[in-house]
Amino acid sequence: MLDDQTKSRIESEINSQDVVLFMKGTPVFPQCGFSAAVVGVLTHLNVPFRGVNVLEDDAVREGIKVFTDWPTIPQLYVKGEFVGGCDIIREMYETGELTEMFNTRGIDAAPQALNS
Amino acid sequence: MAMLAEEIRALILEALPNSEVTIEDLRGDGDHYSCHIRSKAFAGKTRVQQHKIVYEALGGRMGNQLHALAIQTTPIEE
Repeated sequence: MLDDQTKSRIESEINSQDVVLFMKGTPVFPQCGFSAAVVGVLTHLNVPFRGVNVLEDDAVREGIKVFTDWPTIPQLYVKGEFVGGCDIIREMYETGELTEMFNTRGIDAAPQALNS
Repeated sequence: MAMLAEEIRALILEALPNSEVTIEDLRGDGDHYSCHIRSKAFAGKTRVQQHKIVYEALGGRMGNQLHALAIQTTPIEE
């Protein structure tokens, strides 16, 4: 279940910046391979983002799964909309869709490197 | 308790009959798999919707018994 206080906390995090990543650990010290992978992709595309460390708050860690109806962390939000977890972000990155998605939402993203 | 590849396959096929499921055990520890599912059920759906269909098929195990299951979905067009 998701109590109102956690729900509004999550909503304010989501709307605090264009790109928000709910993750385990911080962008500088990710504490999970999947979170680190998404941080790597965003860094590679030069997209500024805000990391929300769910390990610091169990209510947010569980609440975000209910809020998004998505069972795992990390979760990437762009302009208030859930884009995906690690698998989807990685796949979109590899196909170039991620850069396209950012650009169409008015967020500068470096072109995805040639199949590096 | 980790899950076996065959259990994952059975759950997915039960929810998505006639789909093709390939599972790779990434580390041989029963907890790190990658799974590629091709199914008509994904046609016309966004990736998020496709993955949610798979999570539903796994009946809440994702994020619990199943910690690391990398999912890739491909729609089979009609």
